Amino acid sequence: MQPTNTKDPEYYHKVVDCQYACPAHTPVPEYIRLIAAEKYTEAYIVNWESNVFPGVLGRTCDRPCEPACRRVRVEEEPVAICRLKRVAADNKGDLSHYIPQGPFPSNGKKIALIGGGPASLTVARDLAPLGYEIHLFDEQPAGGGMMRTQIPSFRLPISVLEEEVGFILNMGIHTQFLTYVDSLKSVLEKDYDVVFVGTGAPRGRNLDIPGRDEAAAHIHIGIDWLQSVAFEHTASIGKNVIVLGGGNTAMDCCRTARRLGGENVKVLVRSPFKEMKASPWEKEDAMHEDIPILDNHVPVSFVLENGTLTGMMFEIVHAVYDSNGKRSLVPTGEPHVFIPADDVLIAIGQENSFPWIERDLGMEFDKWDMPVVDEKTYQSTIPKVFFGGDAAFGPKNIITAVAQAHQAAISIDLYCKESVLTERPHPMVNLVSQKMGIHEWSYDSMVTIDQRFVVPQADKKLTLCNRKMEVELGFDVATAWKEAERCLNCDIQTVFREPLCIECDACVDICPTSCITFTTNGTEAELRSRLKAPALTLSQDLLVSDVLPTKRVMVKDEDVCLHCGLCAERCPTAAWDMQLFSYNTAKAGA
Amino acid sequence: MSFLRPKFRHPHLPTNELGYTTTEYEGSLSTLCAGCGHDSISAAIVQACFEMNIEPHKVAKLSGIGCSSKTPAYFLGNSHGFNTVHGRMPSVATGANLANRDLIYLGVSGDGDTASIGMGQFVHAVRRNLNMVYIVMNNGCYGLTKGQDSATADRGSKSKAGSVNPFESIDLCGLALELGASFVGQSFSGDKEQLIPLIKAAMSHKGFAFVNVISPCVTFNNNVGSTKSYDYVRQHMEATATVDFVPMMTEITASYEQGSDATISMHDGTLLHLHKLADGWDPSDKLSAIHALQHARNEAKVLTGLIYYSADGHELHDVLNSSERPLNSLRQEELCPGVAKLEEINKGLR
Repeated sequence: MQPTNTKDPEYYHKVVDCQYACPAHTPVPEYIRLIAAEKYTEAYIVNWESNVFPGVLGRTCDRPCEPACRRVRVEEEPVAICRLKRVAADNKGDLSHYIPQGPFPSNGKKIALIGGGPASLTVARDLAPLGYEIHLFDEQPAGGGMMRTQIPSFRLPISVLEEEVGFILNMGIHTQFLTYVDSLKSVLEKDYDVVFVGTGAPRGRNLDIPGRDEAAAHIHIGIDWLQSVAFEHTASIGKNVIVLGGGNTAMDCCRTARRLGGENVKVLVRSPFKEMKASPWEKEDAMHEDIPILDNHVPVSFVLENGTLTGMMFEIVHAVYDSNGKRSLVPTGEPHVFIPADDVLIAIGQENSFPWIERDLGMEFDKWDMPVVDEKTYQSTIPKVFFGGDAAFGPKNIITAVAQAHQAAISIDLYCKESVLTERPHPMVNLVSQKMGIHEWSYDSMVTIDQRFVVPQADKKLTLCNRKMEVELGFDVATAWKEAERCLNCDIQTVFREPLCIECDACVDICPTSCITFTTNGTEAELRSRLKAPALTLSQDLLVSDVLPTKRVMVKDEDVCLHCGLCAERCPTAAWDMQLFSYNTAKAGA
Repeated sequence: MSFLRPKFRHPHLPTNELGYTTTEYEGSLSTLCAGCGHDSISAAIVQACFEMNIEPHKVAKLSGIGCSSKTPAYFLGNSHGFNTVHGRMPSVATGANLANRDLIYLGVSGDGDTASIGMGQFVHAVRRNLNMVYIVMNNGCYGLTKGQDSATADRGSKSKAGSVNPFESIDLCGLALELGASFVGQSFSGDKEQLIPLIKAAMSHKGFAFVNVISPCVTFNNNVGSTKSYDYVRQHMEATATVDFVPMMTEITASYEQGSDATISMHDGTLLHLHKLADGWDPSDKLSAIHALQHARNEAKVLTGLIYYSADGHELHDVLNSSERPLNSLRQEELCPGVAKLEEINKGLR
């Protein structure tokens, strides 16, 4: 193998699994260390800069970082990254010194943001301090988009959302709420330099099976129903409720139904339980609230008696996989099952919808009738119209919307400066030794064997009576410290410098997880098989040195490195050093 | 500074026949200087015991005083151990061995502990062919007292402070050969490929197995001009042969060149393959071994690998004709059979 090019920032970036997996590349270990140091305000700001909504995401994020956490491969459970983020948000102090305060000197450019959700708000936050005049349009009475309408208050208290939306709107954003934009043409005709579309995926998918129209009064589309609950238009539901769907919206629907009078709430899902789209913890929370999840049930019809909905018929299936692993749901032949219900909530997915964009404006639409958007620049085929969030490439999640909106904001800034959009600004990276003495590091290198701590929840008796009472209580400060200590500090890199190495083997002997081998060079596949411990996780890179005086190379498997610093502590010549790698994605104006 | 090694291990560590990983053979975290050759030897001992499927409770590790003699704390944490008085490890090992011949005795000593204060004890353990492995972690200086020349420092070797050693050095391998050691090997801490099979062979050997390991003192004797530095040893190493340890009952699949190879079968049924033998050297011929050692010395080379091996196997218990059963397992009625038996013996002597 060729010596690893560690000058390429992507090499060390990939070692920081959590940060690499995060769509916004939030520097996770950095803020976890700040939490451990009780610097909650600073931890919050590290988050805020990167993901804009730490308090919201600390409660609702899909957590792509957690399955990626190195701790999963070392023991089993990842660090509770998401809930530590919440600790920073819960305990933060005064932010006024950290958050840009307007008014900002104008740069003469005007931008319209259609939609007031996470994507538009992120664009607003990135661009307002640069002097852009920003006008935000939303049909709702307040900002936040799906964070307000689709996430129930027992998961995300409205005060948390208001605060973080407020940070942005207080930057001098011109808001026009209760304004449904029904024509892109009319917006384009005004004097905006750029229009950003962040309208999300607002249309809940329907289920057109027999009985749908006849029983329409008691059948609701999940996201519409959640929105109507959020704005207090709906305050009750029948005692027997069926929720159709296996995603997080279905989980929010069933748990909300429990709080509005639903006594027998059941979730029915077509796929096997394991393959449901909902996050495992959301399924657990639903089941904890006495909501059974019946899998392998395919809806057949709505059943009515004397014109009133009485329940639904389901066909029982099982999953069959072909040689490519493609799944098909095959009926088992068992008789159909009737499940009684007074109300049915349909949460089987949502999709984009652009009835308000005229098709004769010159904007190109693809075969699914979705606007063509550049995957890097988020620019549509009308140069001054940009997309971001669910509106760009279909429904994902908040953190993805934020990440896309950062990129869109960069593009908008470049566009307004008449620069080339494809020349993206580079991330800000740095690599600094953490050596504080012969055997001292500036970070806590001890590896704790504590298992993941459980976030306490409020008493079910109370939370089920009050839709607005938050279920999760969050870590207290002492538990948060212990959980923070579980972080392996993967951003403190093991940096190897061949010219200093005397090949004494001390690092090989001391490494607790047998990551380091000195051996003759070979191809990657062959090297992986003959290291001190086999390097089986192919997604994890090998760090390969240049040839050493004994004609061997140093090979380090990054897979289960604990970043404990023992290799560097036992190195007599400091050929190994522990260096903090910081990686911050570029923001608009960089 | 870390005082504890993290508890996590690689999830795919190989296991041996006992189902153990190397973890079961580890000790506590070393407090020796970073880069000390002794730590490499400890790791080689761990690896050798792991590969030989040795039950940790079947090993007794003994040592004297010095950096080398601290190392038993850093390997085989589940074995018996005795950290004795300076230079007195051989007598404690002799006593322990006589009391319980069922254990594997692993003595660890240094150049000071063996070639200076313990010389009087060392030579007698050799000449009695005590059944043990005796490893000297030889760094040519007194590392624990800031690096003064030891008795194994070569004449002309330069210390870190710049003074040149005016005295002749003691060649421990030559001495062991002279006194009748039945297994003599020499190796380098920075060459585990050679050291591990050599330790395994020494542990399989019945009788006194002596392994002298050059182990650079990274703090006091790794300077230019020293003959025990990493660089010097790497440049001046010369192997008697490549050592390959084949466990008992393993089918031999490797093919060896004719003429330059030898196979030694050990007492426990294991085999030791030697390839690329040095010219004129025969591991079972003491004269050729002495010659090879002297020759390397004249050429300013460090001869490594197996140097001498005797299949005689007449160790101390055989000489003393002691009980097959370990003495510590004999009960009072067996050791003191009573008046009637005494009468019988006395009668036979009248």
